[in-house]
Amino acid sequence: MAEFFQMIASYFEFRFVQYAFIVGILIALCSSLLGVTLVLKRFSFIGDGLSHMAFGAMAVAAVVGLTDNMIISMPVTIGAAILLLRSSQNSRIKGDAAVAMLSVGALAMGYLLMNLFPTSSNVSADVCTTLFGSVSILTLSTIEVWLCIGLSIATVIIFVLFYNKIFAVTFDENFARATGVKATLYNLLIAIITAVIIVLAMNLVGSLLISALIIFPALSAMRVFKSFKSVTISSAIISVFAAASGLLLSIVRGTPVGPTIVAVDIVVFFAFLLVGFIISRARKA
Amino acid sequence: MPLLSFENISIGYDNHSIVENLTFNIEKGDYLTILGENGAGKSTLLKTMLGLIKPLSGKIVFDANVRKTDIGYLPQQTVVQRDFPASVWEIVISGCLGKSGFRPFYTKEEKALAEANIKKLGLEELKNRCYRELSGGQQQRVLLARALCSSDKILVLDEPVTGLDPKVTIQLYDIIDSLNKEGITIIMISHDLHALKHANKVLHLGHEIFFGKKEDYLKSQSYQVFMDKGGEQ
Repeated sequence: MAEFFQMIASYFEFRFVQYAFIVGILIALCSSLLGVTLVLKRFSFIGDGLSHMAFGAMAVAAVVGLTDNMIISMPVTIGAAILLLRSSQNSRIKGDAAVAMLSVGALAMGYLLMNLFPTSSNVSADVCTTLFGSVSILTLSTIEVWLCIGLSIATVIIFVLFYNKIFAVTFDENFARATGVKATLYNLLIAIITAVIIVLAMNLVGSLLISALIIFPALSAMRVFKSFKSVTISSAIISVFAAASGLLLSIVRGTPVGPTIVAVDIVVFFAFLLVGFIISRARKA
Repeated sequence: MPLLSFENISIGYDNHSIVENLTFNIEKGDYLTILGENGAGKSTLLKTMLGLIKPLSGKIVFDANVRKTDIGYLPQQTVVQRDFPASVWEIVISGCLGKSGFRPFYTKEEKALAEANIKKLGLEELKNRCYRELSGGQQQRVLLARALCSSDKILVLDEPVTGLDPKVTIQLYDIIDSLNKEGITIIMISHDLHALKHANKVLHLGHEIFFGKKEDYLKSQSYQVFMDKGGEQ
C-alpha cells in the first residue's frame, strides 16, 4: 500500500499530471452542476448533440490549421446550443429531430474533413483522441490550463448566483414565466453554460463521452437524495470523486482517461441505485 | 375600475382563433369559474391572461394597482414534476422569485412569507419532505402555497382538482373558498360543476358564450346544455 502511494506521489511530481488533475476536477465539477437541470428538463440528449457539433468544429479548426481550436469550437457550440434549446421550446418533436440531424451531420462532416485534409500521418489516432479524449488532457498547454480554470470558475460562480432561478425554470417554466421570471433569458443562460462545459469537457473525456459526465452524477444523486439542493451538491461531489479516481486509475494502469472516468461513474451509479432501493424498502417496512 | 378587464379579446394560436371578441370584467374579490368543454379555449384564455401567449386582438387592462406579475398561478402538473427531486420548502419559496429581479438569493422577508404560506396551508410537517413522495392533494397544496408567495391579490387556477379523490377535492375547494373570503380574487378553470359551489361569477366558453352572475348562469341555456352533455362527474 505504501508503495502504491509512493508511486502516486512520484507521478504528481510531473507538471502535466498536476495540470490534468486540476483541469479534470474542475471540468467534472462544472459538468455535474447543470446535469440535474438537463436531465430534469429532458435535455439529456442535447449534451450528446452539442458534443458532436463541437467535434465537427474542432475538425474544421484542425484543417484550417488553428492550434487553439477553442476559438472555433466554442462559438459554434454556443450557437448550436441556443438554436437547439430554442427550437425544442416550440415543439418537442422538432427539437428532437433537429438535435439528431445536427449532431450526426456534424460528426460525419468532421470525420470527412479530417480525412480529406489530414494534418498528421495518423488520422484515425487523431479522430480517436478527439472522440474519446484518450491523451489530450495530459498534453494541455499552460494557456489551455488557465483558460479551463478561468471558464470553470466563471461557470461555478454564475451557477451559484442564478441557482434559484435555474431551479424555478427547471421545475415549472410556465409558472416562472407567468409570475415574472425572465425564463427565456435563463434558458439562454443554461444553453450557453452547457455549451461552454461541453467544449471544456472535450479535453477530459472526448466528445463521445461528454453526456456521461453530465448525466451520470445527476442520475446517481437522484436515486438517493430528495431535494434539489442535496441532489446538486451530491452530484458535484460524485462527479469530482469519479474524475479524480478515474484519472488516478488511468495513470496507474495506463488505461484511457475518458472511458476510465465514465466507468467509475457507472459503478457509482449502480451503488447509488442499490442504496436508493434499500432506503425505499426500509421506509416501507 | 375593475381589477382586470378583457376588451374585445380574441385568443388562439398561430392566427387560428378559438374565441373571438370576448369582453368581460373581473372585480376585486370575485370568484370566477370558467367552464367549457375541452377545446373551448379555457386554457388558452388562462395563458393569455398570464401573458404566456399574446392575444390575437383586443387587450387586457389591469387596474393601476395591479402589476402583471401580481397574478398567482396554480398550473396543471407536468410530467417533469412527477419525479422531480425538490423539497416542499424549495418549491414554495420559488414563488417569491418573480419579484426578485436579478437578486440571487432570498431575503428574510421572502423566507418569512414562504414560512407563513406553508403554515396557512397546513404543510409545516411536510416542509422538508420530497415533493414527488406526497399525495396528489398535498402536492396541490404545495403549489397553492407557492402561488400565494407570488401574489396575494389574484389567484389563477387551472383545473386544480384533476385526479384528486372526492374528499380531497372538497377540501381543496374549501381552502380556495377561504382564500377568497380573505380578499383574494379567484379565477378558476374547471370542467367539474362542483366548482360552481363557491363561485359568484361564471364564464362559459363554447358555442354560446355566457358571462355573468352564477344565479343567472344556473337559469341559462348554456348551463342546461352543459348539464345534458354530462359536464358533471
